Amino acid sequence: MTRTPQTSFLGRIDGDIAGILLLAALLIVILPLGLDIFRLNMVGKYLTYAFVALGLVLCWGSAGILSLGQGIFFGIGGYCMAMFLKLEASSPEATKIQSTPGIPDFMDWNQLKELPWFWEPFHSLTFATVAVVAVPALLAFIVGLAMFKRRVGGVYFAIITQAFAAILTILIVGQQGYTGGINGITDLRTLKGWDIRTDEAKLVLYFVNAALLIGCILLCLYVRRSKLGRILVALRDKEDRVRFSGYDVASFKIFVFCFAAALSAVGGAMFTLQVGFMSPSFVGIVPSIEMVIYCAVGGRLSLLGAVYGTLLVNWAKTMLSESFPELWLFAMGALFIGVVMVFPNGLAGLYQQFIAPKLRRLTTRRTDAPVAGAPIIPPHTAAD
Amino acid sequence: MSSDKMDADKLNGGIPSPLRRKLLLGMAALPAVGLLPRGALAQALPTSAVNTTKLAVTDGTVKVGILHSTTGTMAISETGSVQAEKLAIAQINEMGGVLGRKIEVIQEDGASDWPTFAEKARKLLVEDKVAAVFGCWTSASRKAVLPVFEQYNGMLYYPTFYEGLEQSKNVIYTGQEATQQILAGLDWVTKEKGAKSFFLIGSDYIWPRTSNKIARKHIEMKGQKVVGEEYFPLGHTQFNSVINKIKLTKPDVIYASVVGGSNVAFYKQMKAAGIDLNKQTLMTISVTEDEMLGIGGENIAGAYACMKYFQSLKNPNNEKFVAAFKKMWGGESVIGDVTQAGYLGPWLWKLTAEKAQSFDIDKIAAASAGIEFTGAPEGYVRVHENHHLWSKTRVGRARTDGQFDVVYETADLIEPNPFPKGYQ
Repeated sequence: MTRTPQTSFLGRIDGDIAGILLLAALLIVILPLGLDIFRLNMVGKYLTYAFVALGLVLCWGSAGILSLGQGIFFGIGGYCMAMFLKLEASSPEATKIQSTPGIPDFMDWNQLKELPWFWEPFHSLTFATVAVVAVPALLAFIVGLAMFKRRVGGVYFAIITQAFAAILTILIVGQQGYTGGINGITDLRTLKGWDIRTDEAKLVLYFVNAALLIGCILLCLYVRRSKLGRILVALRDKEDRVRFSGYDVASFKIFVFCFAAALSAVGGAMFTLQVGFMSPSFVGIVPSIEMVIYCAVGGRLSLLGAVYGTLLVNWAKTMLSESFPELWLFAMGALFIGVVMVFPNGLAGLYQQFIAPKLRRLTTRRTDAPVAGAPIIPPHTAAD
Repeated sequence: MSSDKMDADKLNGGIPSPLRRKLLLGMAALPAVGLLPRGALAQALPTSAVNTTKLAVTDGTVKVGILHSTTGTMAISETGSVQAEKLAIAQINEMGGVLGRKIEVIQEDGASDWPTFAEKARKLLVEDKVAAVFGCWTSASRKAVLPVFEQYNGMLYYPTFYEGLEQSKNVIYTGQEATQQILAGLDWVTKEKGAKSFFLIGSDYIWPRTSNKIARKHIEMKGQKVVGEEYFPLGHTQFNSVINKIKLTKPDVIYASVVGGSNVAFYKQMKAAGIDLNKQTLMTISVTEDEMLGIGGENIAGAYACMKYFQSLKNPNNEKFVAAFKKMWGGESVIGDVTQAGYLGPWLWKLTAEKAQSFDIDKIAAASAGIEFTGAPEGYVRVHENHHLWSKTRVGRARTDGQFDVVYETADLIEPNPFPKGYQ
């Protein structure tokens, strides 16, 4: 962001790292100590959406490209992992009740007699892991190339990503012999013989997930602080000026879109591992928009804000739906309206407006604390 | 099946026989059972004896879960099941509960979202330690929770008619599997209408596809013909092209398994296209009284539905059930096939717990085969070793007022066969 670094000694650079350390402490020490394994697994599930929110902070917050189709990449990442796990769970011994043993159960229900060719490579964990990141990134590259080279942007781009989300859902649902259809790929059991359904496995996966998330936050931070990050902000605020300065705007946009896609896909793969199945209900328009909301609640300009936003919204969703199964959707609706109407920059915006100045005053013991801590609202926000 | 009956007799041995008969008679015995001293059974059956696996059972209560969508696109379908399950639980509590313990309900919302179903199922089993869960509606939600129930050893009573190809120690399927719903209906329409050609149309997911696969095999085995087979995405509302195809191929029977909101568009467009269901035979396996509310009786009158239960069934059990349901949930409410199957869940669980003299999941699972429920609104039902129900198949003809006239029922209970040989 554009805040000047010398406002206080809790300045931007220290502040970001301190914030990440705080989050790491929360995720790796406090939550595992304070929650039982059931709740911790749920936090793990929420954190997989945080990968998507991180991608959106870069793509939407930094570069101003609003994608309403991040579920596509989350879904593809998840499906790549699920395909590997499903093949492992479909050994001929485990599926001997089927008319064709050795293929996933849903293929058998759909009268498939042999494994389709594109499933074959997913016998290999290495291939599946690479595919988790590579397939969504490649798809994002193709979409990005087609859109950004033609200078399609703004709301048109958002609508087209929605269309892609719808297309992919229809494709998955329609080809149920190859994809598991609306039920998705269910009943995943082991990863290289390691049972992912036990409590110990869930604990391990939680830590892997948390560590990956911290790693991705650092990576995003690195991107944002690089020259590339500043160009992204520049093309958000004045695209023409960047173009006339001689930069190839489309390439930067394609890069950040692919980067966000890859992040989402990592989240999707971790989701599959922790939840134990994948279905088209995470691919479509509604989940994609929900993911944007997580990011908006947390604050689309703040990497950490997006993580907290994701945690908060999902936590509220779970708690409200447990306590008021018939009313919770109204409460969620009220929360979202509140975010848009009252604090458009999300939690991070509130923090910077109210808490950060106080903290700064405390730490610097200066009476003439500057107001520079107030959120810098990008020019086009006013129109949102 | 005589051995099942003997089992049932033997296992009910712990309860005085007149009481047992009253329990089996169901609600008819309500006032008499109320006279029994409260907690008499609980004293006879200490919690340590009926609950050896740390379920949420105390001397006075036992916790169960209800897990359906009360929000989202499935809420409209699943609400009936929730209502029926709550009615059954209220009635059981009035009779003194299960093994002398009152049932306490923990309701969770699956929100029409399959991972939410899995998450809530895990919560009910791990956090709440419920003794049984009544819930799920779509196949997708059941597939999502099944590994959870198997991993944490829970008991699920699943009410919806479904595609079969599944059997689990941890699930009792109180709806019909596909062959129970399809074969007898096809035989009836062949005999009654002399049908020779069929047009299959359904929503695009596992249940309609599997159902039509079974229907096609059965049709072709009898030397009849399938002249068309079409699928549409869930929520699809444009059926004009398929209606044209139907007009061109002139099938004797349209065989429909279109689900949810698509039904409204499908039947309205059929009517608008001039297909009169009093002349063109249409048989559906997906329209119950609940869907009729949305479709409108005038759009579907004359069509045949193949189910195991209709609200208009004439028998004393059903009259009491319908009256009690309307008293609890309002005179306007309608009761479809799945709602009735939902009502069976708590009763079957109660009878099983009493046979097993325990709430332990393993004992409930083992004792389930052979459980008979004579108080079922659909008439007598019995649990098969494969955890599905022996049920009759019935055909009803849709009326303009949103109800069905029952025009046919099988003489005997049909054996559930989730893995039908020759139909796969």
